[in-house]
Amino acid sequence: MNVLYFAWVKEKIGVGEESVSPPASVATVADLMDWLAARGQGYAAAFADRKLVKAAVDQVHVPATTALDGAREVAFFPPVTGG
Amino acid sequence: MTEIRVQREAFDPGSEINRFCACNSTSGGIATFIGQMRDFRGPSREAGEIVAAMTLDHYPGMAEKQLSDLAAEACKRWPLDDVLVIHRVGPLVPGDAIVLVATATAHRGDAFASAEFLMDWLKTQAPFWKKETTAEGATWVEARAADDAQAAKWKR
Repeated sequence: MNVLYFAWVKEKIGVGEESVSPPASVATVADLMDWLAARGQGYAAAFADRKLVKAAVDQVHVPATTALDGAREVAFFPPVTGG
Repeated sequence: MTEIRVQREAFDPGSEINRFCACNSTSGGIATFIGQMRDFRGPSREAGEIVAAMTLDHYPGMAEKQLSDLAAEACKRWPLDDVLVIHRVGPLVPGDAIVLVATATAHRGDAFASAEFLMDWLKTQAPFWKKETTAEGATWVEARAADDAQAAKWKR
């Protein structure tokens, strides 16, 4: 699946987009955060406070409990501050 | 009928509003909101810090989709003739228009309410992120609880 990062999540991780293949045990958005957080320091820093990281699956805002089945694009970002 | 634009280029709110009015010349009420870039952050200009510049990050694709969905929701709730939303991304300087929302309908109540609804939901749901540059460096703007409270009042 394709994973996208925005704002300070992108800065901490160091890339804006990457293709990942998590194991089948990664079933939900929260699982994916755990799995990504273990990939390195930048990832761990980005996901250190889960309350500050929001997610979208296939461009729709979702809670972390959402199942990933069939997800093509998952994005992680801070609460939005536009307007 | 709606028009949604997410763009790096600066826009002139006056000419956009004129065009919108001309396209909706028989709508009795048109409400507009323009969000401009402030030159300070904090409670006030006196007590705050000077902000020299801003960069707006966004999620291409989802930003447009989210704004279209918000406009569609507004059209469901109010009998709107037209909706226009323009949102800047990329580098901005103080005084730049960041966002323009315009709604056209028969009467002022629906025009005001739908424009306010669009702004309140845009602030909490549209994937844009502001980074401000001050003398101390550049920092990401934090979301405000007041914006969530404002958006919550439109929940159904």
